[in-house]
Amino acid sequence: MVPERGDVMRYSGFRVLLEGLRGNRGWRPAWRKPDPKPAYDVVIIGGGGHGLSTAYYLAKNHGITNVAVLEKGWLGSGNIGRNTTIVRANYFLPGNSEFYSHSLKLWEKLERDLNYNVMHSQRGLINLFHSDGQRDAFARRGNAMLAQGDDAVLLDREGVRELLPYLDFDQTRFPIYGGLYHPRGGTARHDAVAWGYARAADQRGVDLIENCEVTGIDIDQGRVTGVQTSRGAIRAKKVAIVVAGRSSQVAAMAGLRLPIESHILQAFVTEGLKPCIDHVVSFGMGHFYISQSDKGGLVFGGDLDFYASYAARGNLPMVEHVMEAGMTLMPMIGRAKVLRSWGGIMDMSPDGSPIIDRSPVDGLFINCGWNYGGFKAVPASGRCLAHLMATGAPHKVAARFRLDRFATGHLLDEEGTGSQHNLH
Amino acid sequence: MRITCPCCGSRDRREFTYYGSDDYLRRPDADAAAQAWDDYLHNRDNPAGETRDLWYHDPCGTWVKVTRDTVTHAIHACEPVAGEAG
Ligand SMILES: Cc1cc2nc3c(=O)[nH]c(=O)nc-3n(C[C@H](O)[C@H](O)[C@H](O)COP(=O)(O)OP(=O)(O)OC[C@H]3O[C@@H](n4cnc5c(N)ncnc54)[C@H](O)[C@@H]3O)c2cc1C
Ligand SMILES: [Zn+2]
Repeated sequence: MVPERGDVMRYSGFRVLLEGLRGNRGWRPAWRKPDPKPAYDVVIIGGGGHGLSTAYYLAKNHGITNVAVLEKGWLGSGNIGRNTTIVRANYFLPGNSEFYSHSLKLWEKLERDLNYNVMHSQRGLINLFHSDGQRDAFARRGNAMLAQGDDAVLLDREGVRELLPYLDFDQTRFPIYGGLYHPRGGTARHDAVAWGYARAADQRGVDLIENCEVTGIDIDQGRVTGVQTSRGAIRAKKVAIVVAGRSSQVAAMAGLRLPIESHILQAFVTEGLKPCIDHVVSFGMGHFYISQSDKGGLVFGGDLDFYASYAARGNLPMVEHVMEAGMTLMPMIGRAKVLRSWGGIMDMSPDGSPIIDRSPVDGLFINCGWNYGGFKAVPASGRCLAHLMATGAPHKVAARFRLDRFATGHLLDEEGTGSQHNLH
Repeated sequence: MRITCPCCGSRDRREFTYYGSDDYLRRPDADAAAQAWDDYLHNRDNPAGETRDLWYHDPCGTWVKVTRDTVTHAIHACEPVAGEAG
Protein backbone atom coordinates (compact mmCIF):
# COMPACT_ATOMS: atom_id res chain seq x y z
CA MET A 1 0.00 0.00 0.00
CA VAL A 2 1.35 3.41 -0.96
CA PRO A 3 1.23 6.05 1.78
CA GLU A 4 -1.11 8.90 0.96
CA ARG A 5 0.29 12.38 0.61
CA GLY A 6 0.34 14.42 3.79
CA ASP A 7 -1.98 17.29 2.90
CA VAL A 8 -4.92 15.19 1.78
CA MET A 9 -8.28 16.63 2.66
CA ARG A 10 -10.78 13.93 3.54
CA TYR A 11 -14.45 14.51 2.84
CA SER A 12 -17.05 13.67 5.49
CA GLY A 13 -20.32 14.88 6.94
CA PHE A 14 -18.38 16.39 9.82
CA ARG A 15 -16.17 18.28 7.38
CA VAL A 16 -19.22 19.76 5.61
CA LEU A 17 -20.54 20.92 8.98
CA LEU A 18 -17.21 22.39 10.02
CA GLU A 19 -16.70 24.22 6.74
CA GLY A 20 -20.24 25.55 6.98
CA LEU A 21 -19.37 27.11 10.33
CA ARG A 22 -16.14 28.57 8.95
CA GLY A 23 -17.76 30.14 5.89
CA ASN A 24 -16.53 27.37 3.56
CA ARG A 25 -13.09 28.95 3.33
CA GLY A 26 -11.19 25.72 3.96
CA TRP A 27 -12.05 23.77 0.79
CA ARG A 28 -9.14 23.17 -1.54
CA PRO A 29 -9.06 22.08 -5.21
CA ALA A 30 -9.70 18.35 -5.51
CA TRP A 31 -6.58 17.74 -7.58
CA ARG A 32 -3.34 19.53 -8.57
CA LYS A 33 -2.71 21.00 -12.02
CA PRO A 34 0.88 19.94 -12.63
CA ASP A 35 2.94 20.63 -15.74
CA PRO A 36 4.05 17.47 -17.51
CA LYS A 37 7.39 16.02 -16.43
CA PRO A 38 9.83 14.94 -19.16
CA ALA A 39 9.33 11.24 -18.40
CA TYR A 40 7.02 8.81 -16.60
CA ASP A 41 6.89 5.09 -15.99
CA VAL A 42 3.37 5.01 -17.41
CA VAL A 43 1.50 7.46 -19.64
CA ILE A 44 -2.24 7.01 -20.03
CA ILE A 45 -3.80 8.74 -23.03
CA GLY A 46 -7.35 9.86 -22.22
CA GLY A 47 -8.79 11.33 -19.03
CA GLY A 48 -12.20 9.68 -19.19
CA GLY A 49 -13.55 7.20 -16.70
CA HIS A 50 -11.39 4.33 -17.90
CA GLY A 51 -8.14 6.30 -18.09
CA LEU A 52 -8.61 7.78 -14.62
CA SER A 53 -9.55 4.48 -13.01
CA THR A 54 -6.57 2.78 -14.66
CA ALA A 55 -4.26 5.38 -13.12
CA TYR A 56 -5.90 5.00 -9.73
CA TYR A 57 -5.55 1.20 -9.62
CA LEU A 58 -1.97 1.33 -10.93
CA ALA A 59 -1.16 3.48 -7.91
CA LYS A 60 -3.36 1.80 -5.35
CA ASN A 61 -3.03 -1.89 -6.21
CA HIS A 62 0.41 -1.99 -7.79
CA GLY A 63 2.31 0.91 -6.21
CA ILE A 64 3.04 2.44 -9.62
CA THR A 65 2.70 6.16 -9.00
CA ASN A 66 5.03 7.75 -11.55
CA VAL A 67 2.05 8.00 -13.88
CA ALA A 68 0.55 10.74 -16.04
CA VAL A 69 -2.95 10.89 -17.48
CA LEU A 70 -2.97 13.08 -20.59
CA GLU A 71 -6.32 14.58 -21.48
CA LYS A 72 -6.83 16.74 -24.57
CA GLY A 73 -9.74 18.68 -23.06
CA TRP A 74 -10.73 18.77 -19.41
CA LEU A 75 -11.19 15.72 -17.22
CA GLY A 76 -14.60 14.24 -17.83
CA SER A 77 -15.25 16.09 -21.09
CA GLY A 78 -15.83 12.87 -23.04
CA ASN A 79 -18.39 10.11 -22.71
CA ILE A 80 -17.86 9.76 -18.98
CA GLY A 81 -19.83 13.01 -18.64
CA ARG A 82 -22.35 12.25 -21.40
CA ASN A 83 -23.74 8.85 -20.57
CA THR A 84 -27.06 7.88 -19.02
CA THR A 85 -25.32 6.46 -15.95
CA ILE A 86 -26.73 2.94 -15.81
CA VAL A 87 -24.75 0.47 -13.72
CA ARG A 88 -25.70 -3.21 -13.97
CA ALA A 89 -24.35 -6.76 -14.05
CA ASN A 90 -26.89 -8.63 -16.15
CA TYR A 91 -24.64 -10.12 -18.79
CA PHE A 92 -24.97 -13.65 -20.09
CA LEU A 93 -21.82 -14.78 -21.89
CA PRO A 94 -18.84 -16.24 -20.04
CA GLY A 95 -16.23 -13.54 -20.46
CA ASN A 96 -18.69 -10.68 -20.01
CA SER A 97 -20.55 -12.15 -17.04
CA GLU A 98 -17.63 -12.37 -14.61
CA PHE A 99 -16.23 -9.03 -15.72
CA TYR A 100 -19.39 -6.99 -15.11
CA SER A 101 -20.06 -8.91 -11.90
CA HIS A 102 -16.62 -7.90 -10.67
CA SER A 103 -17.27 -4.32 -11.72
CA LEU A 104 -20.55 -4.13 -9.80
CA LYS A 105 -18.80 -5.38 -6.65
CA LEU A 106 -16.23 -2.61 -7.05
CA TRP A 107 -19.06 -0.09 -7.48
CA GLU A 108 -20.61 -1.26 -4.24
CA LYS A 109 -17.58 -0.15 -2.24
CA LEU A 110 -16.41 2.63 -4.51
CA GLU A 111 -17.53 5.57 -2.39
CA ARG A 112 -15.64 4.34 0.67
CA ASP A 113 -12.68 3.39 -1.47
CA LEU A 114 -12.44 6.83 -3.12
CA ASN A 115 -13.79 8.86 -0.18
CA TYR A 116 -16.10 10.45 -2.73
CA ASN A 117 -19.87 10.53 -3.10
CA VAL A 118 -20.55 9.15 -6.58
CA MET A 119 -24.27 8.90 -5.77
CA HIS A 120 -24.37 5.22 -6.62
CA SER A 121 -28.04 4.31 -6.32
CA GLN A 122 -29.04 0.65 -6.54
CA ARG A 123 -32.64 1.40 -7.37
CA GLY A 124 -33.13 -1.75 -9.42
CA LEU A 125 -33.32 -2.31 -13.15
CA ILE A 126 -36.16 -3.97 -15.03
CA ASN A 127 -35.78 -5.35 -18.55
CA LEU A 128 -39.24 -5.81 -20.06
CA PHE A 129 -40.27 -8.73 -22.25
CA HIS A 130 -43.18 -9.04 -24.64
CA SER A 131 -43.55 -12.66 -25.75
CA ASP A 132 -43.19 -16.22 -24.45
CA GLY A 133 -39.97 -16.65 -26.41
CA GLN A 134 -38.49 -13.54 -24.86
CA ARG A 135 -39.54 -14.71 -21.41
CA ASP A 136 -37.55 -17.93 -21.96
CA ALA A 137 -34.54 -15.93 -23.08
CA PHE A 138 -34.74 -13.70 -20.00
CA ALA A 139 -35.22 -16.70 -17.68
CA ARG A 140 -32.01 -18.11 -19.15
CA ARG A 141 -30.21 -14.80 -18.66
CA GLY A 142 -31.51 -14.55 -15.09
CA ASN A 143 -30.20 -18.03 -14.35
CA ALA A 144 -26.81 -17.08 -15.76
CA MET A 145 -26.78 -14.02 -13.50
CA LEU A 146 -27.66 -16.15 -10.45
CA ALA A 147 -25.01 -18.70 -11.41
CA GLN A 148 -22.50 -15.84 -11.52
CA GLY A 149 -23.50 -14.94 -7.96
CA ASP A 150 -25.49 -11.85 -8.85
CA ASP A 151 -29.19 -11.21 -8.39
CA ALA A 152 -32.12 -11.65 -10.76
CA VAL A 153 -35.86 -12.05 -10.31
CA LEU A 154 -38.22 -13.05 -13.11
CA LEU A 155 -41.37 -10.95 -12.75
CA ASP A 156 -44.68 -11.78 -14.37
CA ARG A 157 -46.98 -9.07 -15.66
CA GLU A 158 -48.55 -8.39 -12.25
CA GLY A 159 -45.12 -8.28 -10.68
CA VAL A 160 -44.09 -5.59 -13.13
CA ARG A 161 -47.37 -3.74 -12.63
CA GLU A 162 -46.68 -3.51 -8.92
CA LEU A 163 -43.34 -1.78 -9.52
CA LEU A 164 -44.19 0.18 -12.68
CA PRO A 165 -47.93 0.91 -12.62
CA TYR A 166 -47.58 3.74 -15.14
CA LEU A 167 -46.66 1.56 -18.13
CA ASP A 168 -49.13 0.85 -20.91
CA PHE A 169 -49.45 -2.91 -20.44
CA ASP A 170 -51.90 -3.54 -23.26
CA GLN A 171 -50.28 -1.75 -26.17
CA THR A 172 -51.04 -3.78 -29.27
CA ARG A 173 -47.55 -3.98 -30.72
CA PHE A 174 -45.57 -4.97 -27.62
CA PRO A 175 -47.92 -5.99 -24.79
CA ILE A 176 -45.93 -6.40 -21.57
CA TYR A 177 -45.59 -10.03 -20.45
CA GLY A 178 -43.19 -9.40 -17.58
CA GLY A 179 -39.67 -8.32 -16.79
CA LEU A 180 -36.29 -9.46 -15.54
CA TYR A 181 -35.63 -7.54 -12.33
CA HIS A 182 -32.01 -6.89 -11.29
CA PRO A 183 -32.32 -5.30 -7.83
CA ARG A 184 -28.63 -4.37 -7.57
CA GLY A 185 -28.73 -2.51 -10.87
CA GLY A 186 -29.11 1.27 -10.82
CA THR A 187 -27.38 4.54 -11.58
CA ALA A 188 -24.54 6.77 -10.40
CA ARG A 189 -23.57 10.40 -10.94
CA HIS A 190 -21.32 10.21 -14.01
CA ASP A 191 -19.19 13.36 -13.43
CA ALA A 192 -18.64 12.41 -9.82
CA VAL A 193 -17.13 9.10 -10.92
CA ALA A 194 -14.55 10.95 -13.02
CA TRP A 195 -13.88 13.49 -10.26
CA GLY A 196 -13.67 10.85 -7.54
CA TYR A 197 -11.14 8.74 -9.44
CA ALA A 198 -9.22 11.88 -10.44
CA ARG A 199 -8.92 13.11 -6.87
CA ALA A 200 -7.99 9.69 -5.51
CA ALA A 201 -5.36 9.14 -8.24
CA ASP A 202 -3.92 12.63 -7.66
CA GLN A 203 -3.68 11.94 -3.93
CA ARG A 204 -1.55 8.92 -4.72
CA GLY A 205 0.83 11.00 -6.83
CA VAL A 206 -0.57 10.57 -10.35
CA ASP A 207 -0.16 13.69 -12.54
CA LEU A 208 -3.43 14.63 -14.24
CA ILE A 209 -2.56 16.84 -17.21
CA GLU A 210 -5.44 18.59 -18.91
CA ASN A 211 -5.40 20.44 -22.25
CA CYS A 212 -2.70 18.05 -23.39
CA GLU A 213 -3.52 16.37 -26.69
CA VAL A 214 -1.43 13.43 -27.78
CA THR A 215 -0.39 13.96 -31.41
CA GLY A 216 2.10 11.14 -31.91
CA ILE A 217 3.34 7.90 -30.38
CA ASP A 218 7.09 7.32 -30.41
CA ILE A 219 8.24 3.82 -31.23
CA ASP A 220 11.81 2.58 -31.42
CA GLN A 221 12.50 -0.90 -32.78
CA GLY A 222 9.01 -2.16 -32.04
CA ARG A 223 8.92 -0.69 -28.53
CA VAL A 224 7.03 2.36 -27.34
CA THR A 225 9.28 5.09 -25.93
CA GLY A 226 6.91 7.99 -25.35
CA VAL A 227 4.38 10.36 -26.85
CA GLN A 228 4.29 13.70 -28.64
CA THR A 229 1.76 16.13 -27.23
CA SER A 230 0.50 19.68 -27.61
CA ARG A 231 2.54 20.36 -24.45
CA GLY A 232 5.76 18.80 -25.70
CA ALA A 233 7.30 15.35 -25.88
CA ILE A 234 6.93 13.01 -22.91
CA ARG A 235 8.94 9.84 -22.52
CA ALA A 236 7.33 6.73 -21.06
CA LYS A 237 8.18 3.09 -20.50
CA LYS A 238 4.57 2.05 -20.98
CA VAL A 239 1.69 3.79 -22.72
CA ALA A 240 -2.01 2.98 -22.71
CA ILE A 241 -4.53 4.21 -25.29
CA VAL A 242 -7.81 4.79 -23.42
CA VAL A 243 -9.64 7.27 -25.63
CA ALA A 244 -13.06 5.65 -26.31
CA GLY A 245 -14.54 7.13 -29.54
CA ARG A 246 -11.12 8.41 -30.67
CA SER A 247 -9.40 5.01 -30.44
CA SER A 248 -8.86 4.61 -34.19
CA GLN A 249 -7.12 7.99 -34.55
CA VAL A 250 -4.77 7.50 -31.62
CA ALA A 251 -3.99 3.88 -32.54
CA ALA A 252 -3.18 5.05 -36.07
CA MET A 253 -0.36 7.14 -34.53
CA ALA A 254 1.25 3.79 -33.71
CA GLY A 255 0.46 2.37 -37.15
CA LEU A 256 -2.41 0.22 -35.85
CA ARG A 257 -5.77 -0.33 -37.51
CA LEU A 258 -8.42 -1.36 -34.98
CA PRO A 259 -11.65 -3.34 -35.27
CA ILE A 260 -13.56 -0.20 -34.26
CA GLU A 261 -16.11 2.02 -35.95
CA SER A 262 -17.20 5.23 -34.19
CA HIS A 263 -20.92 5.86 -33.95
CA ILE A 264 -23.15 8.40 -32.22
CA LEU A 265 -25.43 7.55 -29.33
CA GLN A 266 -27.91 10.21 -28.25
CA ALA A 267 -29.55 10.85 -24.90
CA PHE A 268 -32.26 13.18 -23.61
CA VAL A 269 -33.32 14.80 -20.38
CA THR A 270 -36.59 16.47 -19.40
CA GLU A 271 -37.28 19.31 -17.02
CA GLY A 272 -37.06 18.34 -13.34
CA LEU A 273 -40.13 16.55 -11.99
CA LYS A 274 -41.17 15.16 -8.62
CA PRO A 275 -40.09 11.53 -8.15
CA CYS A 276 -42.18 9.34 -10.46
CA ILE A 277 -39.87 6.72 -11.96
CA ASP A 278 -38.20 4.82 -9.15
CA HIS A 279 -36.18 2.29 -11.22
CA VAL A 280 -34.24 1.96 -14.40
CA VAL A 281 -36.66 0.66 -17.02
CA SER A 282 -35.41 -0.89 -20.22
CA PHE A 283 -37.76 -1.50 -23.16
CA GLY A 284 -35.46 -3.41 -25.49
CA MET A 285 -38.03 -4.16 -28.17
CA GLY A 286 -38.69 -0.45 -28.62
CA HIS A 287 -35.04 0.57 -28.18
CA PHE A 288 -35.82 2.80 -25.23
CA TYR A 289 -34.67 3.04 -21.62
CA ILE A 290 -35.27 5.55 -18.86
CA SER A 291 -34.49 6.52 -15.29
CA GLN A 292 -35.03 9.65 -13.21
CA SER A 293 -32.03 11.60 -12.03
CA ASP A 294 -31.75 12.74 -8.43
CA LYS A 295 -32.36 16.28 -9.72
CA GLY A 296 -35.71 15.10 -11.08
CA GLY A 297 -35.06 15.06 -14.83
CA LEU A 298 -36.16 12.01 -16.77
CA VAL A 299 -33.02 10.71 -18.45
CA PHE A 300 -33.66 8.49 -21.44
CA GLY A 301 -32.20 7.21 -24.65
CA GLY A 302 -32.42 4.63 -27.35
CA ASP A 303 -30.28 3.21 -30.07
CA LEU A 304 -27.32 4.44 -32.07
CA ASP A 305 -27.91 6.72 -35.02
CA PHE A 306 -26.42 3.75 -36.85
CA TYR A 307 -23.79 5.14 -39.18
CA ALA A 308 -20.17 6.04 -38.61
CA SER A 309 -19.96 9.56 -37.15
CA TYR A 310 -17.80 11.87 -35.05
CA ALA A 311 -20.34 14.68 -34.83
CA ALA A 312 -20.94 14.35 -31.04
CA ARG A 313 -24.56 15.21 -31.77
CA GLY A 314 -27.24 13.15 -33.40
CA ASN A 315 -29.77 13.48 -36.16
CA LEU A 316 -33.53 13.86 -35.99
CA PRO A 317 -34.70 10.39 -37.12
CA MET A 318 -33.42 8.80 -33.90
CA VAL A 319 -34.87 11.64 -31.83
CA GLU A 320 -38.28 10.89 -33.30
CA HIS A 321 -37.84 7.14 -32.85
CA VAL A 322 -36.91 7.46 -29.18
CA MET A 323 -39.81 9.81 -28.44
CA GLU A 324 -42.23 7.43 -30.15
CA ALA A 325 -40.94 4.48 -28.15
CA GLY A 326 -41.25 6.45 -24.91
CA MET A 327 -44.82 7.43 -25.70
CA THR A 328 -45.68 3.82 -26.56
CA LEU A 329 -44.32 2.49 -23.30
CA MET A 330 -45.43 5.18 -20.85
CA PRO A 331 -47.90 7.66 -22.32
CA MET A 332 -47.51 9.88 -19.23
CA ILE A 333 -44.10 10.92 -20.48
CA GLY A 334 -45.79 13.09 -23.11
CA ARG A 335 -46.54 15.64 -20.42
CA ALA A 336 -42.86 16.28 -19.67
CA LYS A 337 -40.86 18.82 -21.66
CA VAL A 338 -37.52 17.75 -23.07
CA LEU A 339 -34.81 20.15 -21.94
CA ARG A 340 -31.74 18.93 -23.79
CA SER A 341 -30.42 16.24 -26.06
CA TRP A 342 -26.81 15.41 -26.83
CA GLY A 343 -24.64 12.71 -28.32
CA GLY A 344 -21.38 10.94 -27.59
CA ILE A 345 -18.89 9.21 -29.88
CA MET A 346 -19.01 5.49 -29.20
CA ASP A 347 -16.19 3.07 -29.94
CA MET A 348 -18.18 0.21 -31.49
CA SER A 349 -16.54 -3.18 -31.90
CA PRO A 350 -17.89 -5.77 -34.36
CA ASP A 351 -19.18 -8.12 -31.65
CA GLY A 352 -20.28 -5.41 -29.21
CA SER A 353 -17.75 -6.34 -26.49
CA PRO A 354 -14.64 -4.48 -25.32
CA ILE A 355 -10.90 -4.91 -25.77
CA ILE A 356 -8.35 -4.73 -22.92
CA ASP A 357 -5.09 -6.02 -24.30
CA ARG A 358 -1.53 -5.48 -25.36
CA SER A 359 -0.97 -4.11 -28.84
CA PRO A 360 1.56 -5.49 -31.33
CA VAL A 361 3.90 -2.67 -30.17
CA ASP A 362 5.85 -3.59 -27.01
CA GLY A 363 4.80 -1.53 -24.01
CA LEU A 364 1.73 -0.12 -25.78
CA PHE A 365 -1.66 -1.19 -24.42
CA ILE A 366 -5.16 -0.65 -25.70
CA ASN A 367 -8.49 -0.30 -23.91
CA CYS A 368 -11.45 0.33 -26.20
CA GLY A 369 -14.60 -1.09 -27.77
CA TRP A 370 -16.89 -0.10 -24.91
CA ASN A 371 -19.80 0.49 -27.25
CA TYR A 372 -22.71 2.02 -25.34
CA GLY A 373 -21.95 0.17 -22.10
CA GLY A 374 -18.66 1.43 -20.74
CA PHE A 375 -19.84 3.50 -17.78
CA LYS A 376 -20.68 0.51 -15.59
CA ALA A 377 -17.34 -0.96 -16.60
CA VAL A 378 -15.23 1.96 -15.34
CA PRO A 379 -14.04 0.32 -12.08
CA ALA A 380 -13.26 -3.15 -13.45
CA SER A 381 -11.81 -1.87 -16.71
CA GLY A 382 -9.28 0.31 -14.90
CA ARG A 383 -8.50 -2.44 -12.45
CA CYS A 384 -7.94 -5.01 -15.22
CA LEU A 385 -5.87 -2.72 -17.45
CA ALA A 386 -3.73 -1.74 -14.45
CA HIS A 387 -3.25 -5.42 -13.66
CA LEU A 388 -2.22 -6.20 -17.23
CA MET A 389 0.21 -3.25 -17.39
CA ALA A 390 1.74 -3.96 -14.00
CA THR A 391 2.01 -7.75 -14.09
CA GLY A 392 2.16 -8.48 -17.81
CA ALA A 393 -0.69 -10.98 -17.52
CA PRO A 394 -4.38 -10.33 -18.16
CA HIS A 395 -6.63 -10.12 -15.11
CA LYS A 396 -8.70 -13.29 -14.93
CA VAL A 397 -12.05 -11.53 -15.37
CA ALA A 398 -10.87 -9.74 -18.53
CA ALA A 399 -8.91 -12.54 -20.16
CA ARG A 400 -11.32 -12.85 -23.09
CA PHE A 401 -11.24 -9.18 -24.10
CA ARG A 402 -8.52 -9.88 -26.61
CA LEU A 403 -7.65 -7.71 -29.58
CA ASP A 404 -7.14 -10.75 -31.82
CA ARG A 405 -10.44 -12.47 -31.04
CA PHE A 406 -12.03 -11.35 -34.31
CA ALA A 407 -9.26 -12.98 -36.29
CA THR A 408 -9.35 -16.17 -34.20
CA GLY A 409 -13.14 -16.39 -33.97
CA HIS A 410 -13.38 -16.19 -30.16
CA LEU A 411 -16.18 -13.65 -30.35
CA LEU A 412 -18.19 -12.22 -27.45
CA ASP A 413 -21.46 -11.48 -29.19
CA GLU A 414 -23.68 -10.82 -26.18
CA GLU A 415 -26.70 -9.83 -28.29
CA GLY A 416 -26.32 -12.72 -30.71
CA THR A 417 -26.71 -10.47 -33.73
CA GLY A 418 -23.47 -11.35 -35.51
CA SER A 419 -19.97 -9.93 -35.59
CA GLN A 420 -20.33 -7.02 -37.98
CA HIS A 421 -19.93 -3.29 -37.46
CA ASN A 422 -23.48 -2.29 -38.38
CA LEU A 423 -25.20 -4.80 -36.09
CA HIS A 424 -24.58 -3.59 -32.53
CA MET B 1 -29.37 13.94 -43.76
CA ARG B 2 -30.39 13.25 -47.37
CA ILE B 3 -28.73 10.75 -49.67
CA THR B 4 -29.03 10.76 -53.44
CA CYS B 5 -30.06 7.38 -54.77
CA PRO B 6 -28.82 6.92 -58.36
CA CYS B 7 -32.28 5.63 -59.28
CA CYS B 8 -34.65 7.68 -57.15
CA GLY B 9 -32.89 10.99 -56.54
CA SER B 10 -32.47 12.82 -53.22
CA ARG B 11 -34.19 10.87 -50.43
CA ASP B 12 -34.46 11.00 -46.62
CA ARG B 13 -31.81 9.04 -44.70
CA ARG B 14 -34.56 6.91 -43.16
CA GLU B 15 -35.12 5.15 -46.49
CA PHE B 16 -31.57 3.79 -46.39
CA THR B 17 -29.87 1.02 -44.42
CA TYR B 18 -26.26 1.64 -43.49
CA TYR B 19 -23.94 -1.28 -44.18
CA GLY B 20 -20.46 0.04 -43.41
CA SER B 21 -17.17 1.13 -44.87
CA ASP B 22 -16.49 0.57 -48.58
CA ASP B 23 -13.81 -1.90 -47.47
CA TYR B 24 -16.60 -4.36 -48.22
CA LEU B 25 -16.04 -3.71 -51.93
CA ARG B 26 -12.50 -5.08 -51.71
CA ARG B 27 -13.17 -8.72 -50.93
CA PRO B 28 -10.00 -10.80 -50.65
CA ASP B 29 -9.43 -13.85 -52.84
CA ALA B 30 -10.88 -17.04 -51.42
CA ASP B 31 -7.39 -18.35 -50.62
CA ALA B 32 -6.10 -15.07 -49.11
CA ALA B 33 -4.38 -15.16 -45.70
CA ALA B 34 -6.51 -14.93 -42.55
CA GLN B 35 -5.10 -11.43 -41.93
CA ALA B 36 -6.63 -10.19 -45.19
CA TRP B 37 -10.03 -11.52 -44.14
CA ASP B 38 -9.71 -9.95 -40.68
CA ASP B 39 -8.90 -6.61 -42.32
CA TYR B 40 -11.80 -6.96 -44.73
CA LEU B 41 -14.38 -7.90 -42.10
CA HIS B 42 -13.28 -6.10 -38.94
CA ASN B 43 -10.41 -3.62 -39.06
CA ARG B 44 -11.29 -0.12 -40.18
CA ASP B 45 -9.63 3.23 -40.88
CA ASN B 46 -12.65 4.80 -39.17
CA PRO B 47 -11.69 8.34 -40.27
CA ALA B 48 -12.84 11.53 -38.59
CA GLY B 49 -13.49 13.45 -41.81
CA GLU B 50 -14.00 12.15 -45.31
CA THR B 51 -15.14 8.56 -45.56
CA ARG B 52 -16.73 6.29 -48.14
CA ASP B 53 -19.39 3.87 -47.02
CA LEU B 54 -22.17 1.70 -48.39
CA TRP B 55 -25.88 2.36 -48.00
CA TYR B 56 -28.80 0.34 -49.32
CA HIS B 57 -31.85 2.15 -50.64
CA ASP B 58 -34.61 -0.02 -49.23
CA PRO B 59 -37.46 0.98 -51.58
CA CYS B 60 -35.64 0.29 -54.85
CA GLY B 61 -32.85 -2.09 -53.80
CA THR B 62 -29.92 -0.01 -55.04
CA TRP B 63 -26.54 -0.11 -53.28
CA VAL B 64 -25.02 3.35 -53.04
CA LYS B 65 -21.41 4.28 -52.30
CA VAL B 66 -21.57 7.54 -50.35
CA THR B 67 -18.61 9.90 -49.93
CA ARG B 68 -19.36 11.97 -46.86
CA ASP B 69 -17.86 13.73 -43.85
CA THR B 70 -18.19 11.93 -40.51
CA VAL B 71 -17.67 15.17 -38.57
CA THR B 72 -20.09 17.52 -40.37
CA HIS B 73 -22.44 14.89 -41.90
CA ALA B 74 -22.07 16.68 -45.27
CA ILE B 75 -22.58 14.38 -48.25
CA HIS B 76 -20.15 14.90 -51.13
CA ALA B 77 -20.96 12.17 -53.65
CA CYS B 78 -23.33 9.25 -54.13
CA GLU B 79 -22.49 6.63 -56.75
CA PRO B 80 -24.07 3.32 -57.67
CA VAL B 81 -22.08 0.33 -56.46
CA ALA B 82 -23.26 -1.81 -59.40
CA GLY B 83 -20.44 -2.29 -61.87
CA GLU B 84 -17.69 -2.05 -59.22
CA ALA B 85 -15.76 -5.14 -58.22
CA GLY B 86 -16.92 -6.96 -55.13
C1 LIG C 1 -25.47 9.05 -24.64
C2 LIG C 1 -24.67 7.97 -23.99
C3 LIG C 1 -25.28 7.15 -23.04
C4 LIG C 1 -24.55 6.12 -22.43
N1 LIG C 1 -25.15 5.40 -21.44
C5 LIG C 1 -24.45 4.47 -20.76
C6 LIG C 1 -25.06 3.79 -19.66
O1 LIG C 1 -26.21 4.07 -19.29
N2 LIG C 1 -24.34 2.83 -19.02
C7 LIG C 1 -23.08 2.52 -19.40
O2 LIG C 1 -22.50 1.62 -18.82
N3 LIG C 1 -22.45 3.18 -20.42
C8 LIG C 1 -23.11 4.15 -21.11
N4 LIG C 1 -22.50 4.85 -22.13
C9 LIG C 1 -21.13 4.47 -22.54
C10 LIG C 1 -20.04 5.09 -21.69
O3 LIG C 1 -20.29 6.45 -21.46
C11 LIG C 1 -18.69 4.92 -22.42
O4 LIG C 1 -18.53 3.59 -22.85
C12 LIG C 1 -17.49 5.28 -21.53
O5 LIG C 1 -17.69 6.49 -20.87
C13 LIG C 1 -16.24 5.34 -22.38
O6 LIG C 1 -15.06 5.36 -21.62
P1 LIG C 1 -14.41 6.70 -21.01
O7 LIG C 1 -15.21 7.16 -19.88
O8 LIG C 1 -13.00 6.41 -20.71
O9 LIG C 1 -14.54 7.66 -22.28
P2 LIG C 1 -14.34 9.24 -22.40
O10 LIG C 1 -14.90 9.96 -21.25
O11 LIG C 1 -14.84 9.61 -23.77
O12 LIG C 1 -12.77 9.37 -22.31
C14 LIG C 1 -11.87 9.39 -23.40
C15 LIG C 1 -11.04 10.65 -23.27
O13 LIG C 1 -9.95 10.60 -24.19
C16 LIG C 1 -9.67 11.93 -24.56
N5 LIG C 1 -8.86 11.93 -25.79
C17 LIG C 1 -9.22 11.57 -27.04
N6 LIG C 1 -8.22 11.72 -27.90
C18 LIG C 1 -7.16 12.19 -27.18
C19 LIG C 1 -5.81 12.54 -27.51
N7 LIG C 1 -5.34 12.46 -28.77
N8 LIG C 1 -5.00 12.99 -26.51
C20 LIG C 1 -5.46 13.10 -25.23
N9 LIG C 1 -6.72 12.77 -24.87
C21 LIG C 1 -7.56 12.31 -25.83
C22 LIG C 1 -11.05 12.53 -24.75
O14 LIG C 1 -11.01 13.95 -24.72
C23 LIG C 1 -11.82 11.91 -23.61
O15 LIG C 1 -11.88 12.74 -22.47
C24 LIG C 1 -23.19 5.89 -22.78
C25 LIG C 1 -22.58 6.72 -23.72
C26 LIG C 1 -23.30 7.76 -24.32
C27 LIG C 1 -22.62 8.65 -25.30
ZN1 LIG D 1 -33.56 4.19 -54.94
